[in-house]
Amino acid sequence: MTLVILRRLVQAMLILLGVAAITFLLLYALPADPAVLIAGRSATPQMVANIRHELGLDQPLLFQFLHYLYGLVHGDFGRSYTQRTAVLPLILARLPATLILMAAGITVEVVLGLTFGVIAAIRRGGLIDRTIMMLSFVGVSSPQFVVALLLLYVFAATLGWFPMSGFGTPAHVVLPAMTLGVLGAGWYARMVRSAMIDVLNHDYVRTARAKGLSGRRIIFRHVLPNAILPIIAMIGIDIGQFMSGVVVVEAVYGWPGIGQLAWQAIQQVDIPIIMGVTLVSALAIVIGNLLADVIAPFVDPRIRAQ
Amino acid sequence: MRVFKAMLRQPSAVFGLVVVILVVALAIAAPLIAPFSPDDQLAEGLSLEGAPLPPGGPFLLGTDTLGRDLLSRLLFGARTSLVIGLVANGVAVAIGLLVGILAGYIRGLVGNLMMRFTDLMMAFPALLLAIVLAALLKPSLWIVAMVIALVNWVQVARIVYTETRGLVERDFIMAERSLGAGHFRILVRHILPHLMPTAIVWSTLGIATTVLLEATLSFLGIGVQPPDASWGNIIFDNQTYFQDAPWLVFIPGAVILLTALSFNLVGDALRDILDPTQRGRG
Repeated sequence: MTLVILRRLVQAMLILLGVAAITFLLLYALPADPAVLIAGRSATPQMVANIRHELGLDQPLLFQFLHYLYGLVHGDFGRSYTQRTAVLPLILARLPATLILMAAGITVEVVLGLTFGVIAAIRRGGLIDRTIMMLSFVGVSSPQFVVALLLLYVFAATLGWFPMSGFGTPAHVVLPAMTLGVLGAGWYARMVRSAMIDVLNHDYVRTARAKGLSGRRIIFRHVLPNAILPIIAMIGIDIGQFMSGVVVVEAVYGWPGIGQLAWQAIQQVDIPIIMGVTLVSALAIVIGNLLADVIAPFVDPRIRAQ
Repeated sequence: MRVFKAMLRQPSAVFGLVVVILVVALAIAAPLIAPFSPDDQLAEGLSLEGAPLPPGGPFLLGTDTLGRDLLSRLLFGARTSLVIGLVANGVAVAIGLLVGILAGYIRGLVGNLMMRFTDLMMAFPALLLAIVLAALLKPSLWIVAMVIALVNWVQVARIVYTETRGLVERDFIMAERSLGAGHFRILVRHILPHLMPTAIVWSTLGIATTVLLEATLSFLGIGVQPPDASWGNIIFDNQTYFQDAPWLVFIPGAVILLTALSFNLVGDALRDILDPTQRGRG
């Protein structure tokens, strides 16, 4: 077991290194020149050259990359071009807001997805099942920003139940979390339903039924625990997806998380921040998958035995 | 024909198919049926105070903040969104097929390296990557399509890889090889046809993803640029007025949803029909 986790850790490191290399190369190859942007419109070529030298952009690419990696190993993500401060504290300051949103959003997803997925599986083939499956399709086909604006229009602008935007009170988190959660719940409901149906077809479920156990007991004691594994894997994937997917929701709701930080940095071609946020997002994806792998054997003894 | 008949037995698939055909037909016929030019800023398209007109009257779905007819813009926007959907997704499926088949067939070091690369791409924050690329590349229709293709091929590659590996082990490929067939013949004549169902399913499902991604990029202002209309940039243009002129945001939003939903429904039905082992699954 320890060996497996160790191997996964090494793989994770390699993947992060690869993500760093590709992002670095892409940002370097793009036509937008940060030095020109920082220098402003009236800058002379000499000023631009000075800024380029100051930022180390006149060094060879490989040297720049190694320099960046050296910094990373020492916990240094470089300095922001526009804010003139270190990148890591900027990201860390924004991280809690995004993590709150992520926790709230995943909670909504899992609660809705489990509830509707279980109901659909029990009523398989019936009208309720078909309605839930249709709704889950509507969920996964919805453009996030339209749902965000719709919730704002109905619950903030018209009914006035929740604030339009901002951060700070529990009321602020409701609409962004609903936006993320309601859409994602579609995937969970489909996943839970198909995992449940797989288990329901097993002989031991028929045995339990033949023993005269109640439907409720069969579902919650015998079926659901065996269907939980794909859901855990899915939460793991979700943790990663959230980090890169929050840009839109944070932009609509003015939520001060890393998505907003990234969006501002992208508009200002602040490459060190873009690099930093990309790496943190990739780290979230890797950690999410790793968590799912580590938790799986605790939930499912069959994996422990292997 | 068998596939088509099987689809007609599922009400949701029929619904999806009808909407898809309708959207495609409307997009093709846009210049013929649009009541106004999509770019004309009409004086009579604004109220006396200069506000956009709500749906009804000569402007069936209302006008936008510049006095342009929303219906005409949506019809022409359908062309943009569908072209990007088809091109971006076509390229993504093609790359995915190529990488997946080669990695699955060659295996060894090269195949392994290719699959490790897709592992790497799976760990890439895809939406963030698309936003960064689109924003820094001076967006145009084709750039947006390429950016979307670049982040969407990975999933296809992984599925095709798994299927190809399974196929290579099968007896009929062995038999073909022992008869002296070359690699090219085996790949094109025997492996590719078996992958067609997968390719067709993903081509359909992928269009839904692509239409949504294009709308998202355009909504952020880094997708299709004005004056070209796309469903996403109609919302981008008008989002600040969504409280006073909700139709400008929610009508295009509903159109995007309906289109993505329909491609998903058709794709899902195709998967059920073409791949019986997946029947009833997510």
